[in-house]
Amino acid sequence: MTSPSNGLQDGYALEFRATGYRLPSGLSLISSLNLKISRGETLVLLGRSGSGKTTTLKLINRLLEPTEGEIFISGRSGASWDPIQLRRGIGYVIQDAGLFPHWSVERNVGLVPTLERWPQERIKARVEEMLSLVGLPPEEYAKRRPSELSGGQRHRVGVARALAADPPILLMDEPFGALDPVTRADLQREFRALAQRLQKTIVFVTHDVREALFLGTRIALLDQGRLVGVYSPAEFLKATEPEIQAFVASLDNGVIHEEGK
Amino acid sequence: MNWYEFLLKNRGEVFERLVEHMGLVGASMAISLVVGFPLGIALVGRARLQRWVIGAANVVQTIPSLALFGFLIPVPWIGGVGASTAIVALSLYALLPILRNTSTGIAEVDAAVVESARAMGMTPGQVLWRVQLPLAAPVLLAGIRVATAMCIGITTIAAAIGAGGLGVFIFRGLAMVNNQVILAGAIPAAGLAIAVDSGLGYFQRSVARR
Repeated sequence: MTSPSNGLQDGYALEFRATGYRLPSGLSLISSLNLKISRGETLVLLGRSGSGKTTTLKLINRLLEPTEGEIFISGRSGASWDPIQLRRGIGYVIQDAGLFPHWSVERNVGLVPTLERWPQERIKARVEEMLSLVGLPPEEYAKRRPSELSGGQRHRVGVARALAADPPILLMDEPFGALDPVTRADLQREFRALAQRLQKTIVFVTHDVREALFLGTRIALLDQGRLVGVYSPAEFLKATEPEIQAFVASLDNGVIHEEGK
Repeated sequence: MNWYEFLLKNRGEVFERLVEHMGLVGASMAISLVVGFPLGIALVGRARLQRWVIGAANVVQTIPSLALFGFLIPVPWIGGVGASTAIVALSLYALLPILRNTSTGIAEVDAAVVESARAMGMTPGQVLWRVQLPLAAPVLLAGIRVATAMCIGITTIAAAIGAGGLGVFIFRGLAMVNNQVILAGAIPAAGLAIAVDSGLGYFQRSVARR
């Protein structure tokens, strides 16, 4: 995954080729998805509940296997990757972070480096670097348990854990979903700055169109397992597809408009 | 002579029977842990199989213990009169709480935590040993605690098939119509159950707190 020769030529970090996912019962959750995601971009998967956003995300790190088509990761077919190695090269952040409650913050953040058998000293240094990066002073937070943190702090630890082994790809599944609006707005601003600085390829799932417009370099709208369209935030607001217009119209129902966009 | 004086006078035999009793309980618990623990892990995520296996263990629980000891006597290899038959029967009784608590304990670990463990690239073995089992530990220990307390009680009946233990005094007292002798078996057995249960309870709470 870290090897620079891996598919750098084609320029895409991720590519879905006619990818589909069907449950054993025959119900189709994703159908014929074609989507290319460039290196360093933040692609937002936007859609209503049950539109297939999370399924799409899980197909990338092979928590689910596509039943049709293929996904290319760093230029290599997903099926040809060893799933364990693949996942260690893809950061994953979910709502409420999914931290291990029985481990300290330090151990949680050092998870993938530990699995990858980095030397202890290097892990310790990396954990401190990551905690500082997400704004949690290590001397204060390293020894705490997740239960001793606020929701926003847990999210920060989740991001630190996902970035610890420096994966080129980061998957985020409604990471801000469980936070209060003020904390969420703070973290969204910080996260956007961080994403611009780190140049990771980020796939970000949300149902919040404001969040999508604020964070995404491009927005892909999913509806009932189908890709409706992929647009930059500016294009998205002017798109003609009725599903997209429904989302854009929902912006006007809100009271608060995001400033400085 | 009250039961206390009887106990003191016969403390040599009482101690011997107590040790015998603990041996039966220890051997049975060891067997049911060795069988129940891996089986309980294997049942996680196999709902249909889990229903059948736990159903079967439930049926065993409903057989009166004296009858189960009796049924096993004529069975070749494991049967006959003595400790080995008793250990088989006791292990069967202890199996249900261990099986049930192992599989439900693991199944009840927060799905988001298990999913993120897999997503971060932990192997299935690492997910089990480093995440699922430590988080299920209080529930597993609760199962062991219930099974042990139950086992200590049922072991008193094992004396009926010549397995020894504190039940020897109970059956002797029944035959002699002598309550002192019955109590000389029953009270140490109850004391043992309480001691082991509170010991395991303390351990369980300290694990849960971690």
